[in-house]
Amino acid sequence: MSTPSNNVPGSPLESQVTAPAVITASRRMYWSVRRELWEHRSIYIVPLAAAVVVLLAFLTALTVSPTHRHEPLDIPYEFAAALIMGAGFIVGIFYSLDALYGERRDRSILFWKSLPVSDLTTVLSKFAIPLVILPLLTFAIAVVTQFVMLLLSSAVLPGSGLSVETLGARVSFFHISLMLLYHILTVHGLWYAPIYGWLLLVSAWAPRAPFIWAFLPPFVIWGVEKIAFRTSRFLGALQYRLIGPEPSTTTARSGNMMEMMSALTPMQFFSTPGLWVGLAVAAIFLAAAVRLRRYREPI
Amino acid sequence: MACIEARGLRKAFGTTIAVDGINLRVEEGRILGLIGPNGAGKTTALNAILGLTPYQGELKVLGRDPWTERDQLMRDACFVADVAVLPRWMRVWQALDYFTGVHPRFDRAKAEGFLAKTTIRLASKVRELSKGMVAQLHLALVMAIDAKLLVLDEPTLGLDILYRKQFYDSLLNDYFDRSRTIVLTTHQVEEIQDVLTDVMFINRGRIVFDCSMEEFESRYLEVMVNPEQVAAAQALKPIHERQVFGRSILLFDRVERQQLAALGDVRTPSIADLFVAVLSNQSGAAQGGTR
Repeated sequence: MSTPSNNVPGSPLESQVTAPAVITASRRMYWSVRRELWEHRSIYIVPLAAAVVVLLAFLTALTVSPTHRHEPLDIPYEFAAALIMGAGFIVGIFYSLDALYGERRDRSILFWKSLPVSDLTTVLSKFAIPLVILPLLTFAIAVVTQFVMLLLSSAVLPGSGLSVETLGARVSFFHISLMLLYHILTVHGLWYAPIYGWLLLVSAWAPRAPFIWAFLPPFVIWGVEKIAFRTSRFLGALQYRLIGPEPSTTTARSGNMMEMMSALTPMQFFSTPGLWVGLAVAAIFLAAAVRLRRYREPI
Repeated sequence: MACIEARGLRKAFGTTIAVDGINLRVEEGRILGLIGPNGAGKTTALNAILGLTPYQGELKVLGRDPWTERDQLMRDACFVADVAVLPRWMRVWQALDYFTGVHPRFDRAKAEGFLAKTTIRLASKVRELSKGMVAQLHLALVMAIDAKLLVLDEPTLGLDILYRKQFYDSLLNDYFDRSRTIVLTTHQVEEIQDVLTDVMFINRGRIVFDCSMEEFESRYLEVMVNPEQVAAAQALKPIHERQVFGRSILLFDRVERQQLAALGDVRTPSIADLFVAVLSNQSGAAQGGTR
């Protein structure tokens, strides 16, 4: 007996029953990412909380110590962005470590595997969170925060004789935002990709305590290398990965990390071999995580 | 095309053999009960069928290799692994949204219809629901999928009798038709006796009994024998004998009903009784109900 013959002719449900909806890969991806945001609300709550803290601190500075008003204001602006991005980075680390481990621990992997979503889509959607979603989200939050800071200071400053225009020129809001976006997408997205790839791989594999499995092996490699060969190449490679490629010409005004990394032109950044090596390593980690997830069962 | 076809299906965990060369063929439109003691290999066999575990041997489910094509298979098949796998953070509307988003055969209106008959609210989180309500929710989601194969592994574990009864009632009345196939395992064998069309016993990784319910009812009879006729009854070679309140209950395979009626009260045995009979014969000689 075929399904269509069971339907009342002209029933509004008929078309849905006989012809299943076509679901594209991008739609599956979209819903998989949305599901991650439902489950891990810290992805947006933590950067938002950081923004609130920054704003409160800034407001305190404006009201309590008016003598600081005439100092250059772009430093607190950059610091605010750094704080929010740092919060996003930390969330990214904890998210990645839990992404493929949590579903095994709470047995919900059996539920997710009962749906027509491939392991590849699942792992990629989880990888997209630290790689794309968190950077864009922290960028948006940081820009809004900086804008609110600008409004707050211009509400306070006119009294002391400074006009909004001169302030705007000094802070060059638009310029900072662009630099921030560039920094976030290149460093937090592309440059850190192998870090998130490694964390996802550990999260897919670890029988328990993914945090220890993620951080112990690098520590052991560093120790063994130090004792056996008296070198620190591995540690150097890790530092290079965390700090980022250094600009060939020192254009950084301050020692600010973000300044240094943003000083790399896109040309310089994309011709850094370290970037491509990192992306290749990230791809290997991800492929391994996809394969592992197929074998994984609840723990 | 058979819905599930397995030849020499085998799965070992280290030195423990969980599934030991199973041959299986499940046709479309059947409701198969897979019955076995703990650790018999039921769940492992089902996991292989669902593409959750690698295996040796040949296996085709709806014409696909489940291990390499799980995501495509899940468009036409679905399963309830057990009641506790729905993510606890999820809200009911999120589950509906997500299913609508990723499943081509999910009918949201149908799922909402099923849920409307329960006390489950769309805004509730899974963690706020009772165990029975979670099972209702999962069943509502699964029944709204126009799937060809539904696999249920202990779907009613830990539920009270009211929910269990409801569960099978709605499965039969609102979901099952002859174009679908259902495979299920459970420890509450009595509750599914009237639900099944086929029954299979599995023990130590092997299928030890396989029979349709029609055949089961025509072949097997149980007689509560009057004490003075026990010897006469035993001459008819019962496959199993047990004592209840001092009376002997004998289980026969392919013995005429009229012949047995002379010995005492005749009735169709429960699956559980036949299961005990087949398994206790298993440990001795290789005979009994095995085909």
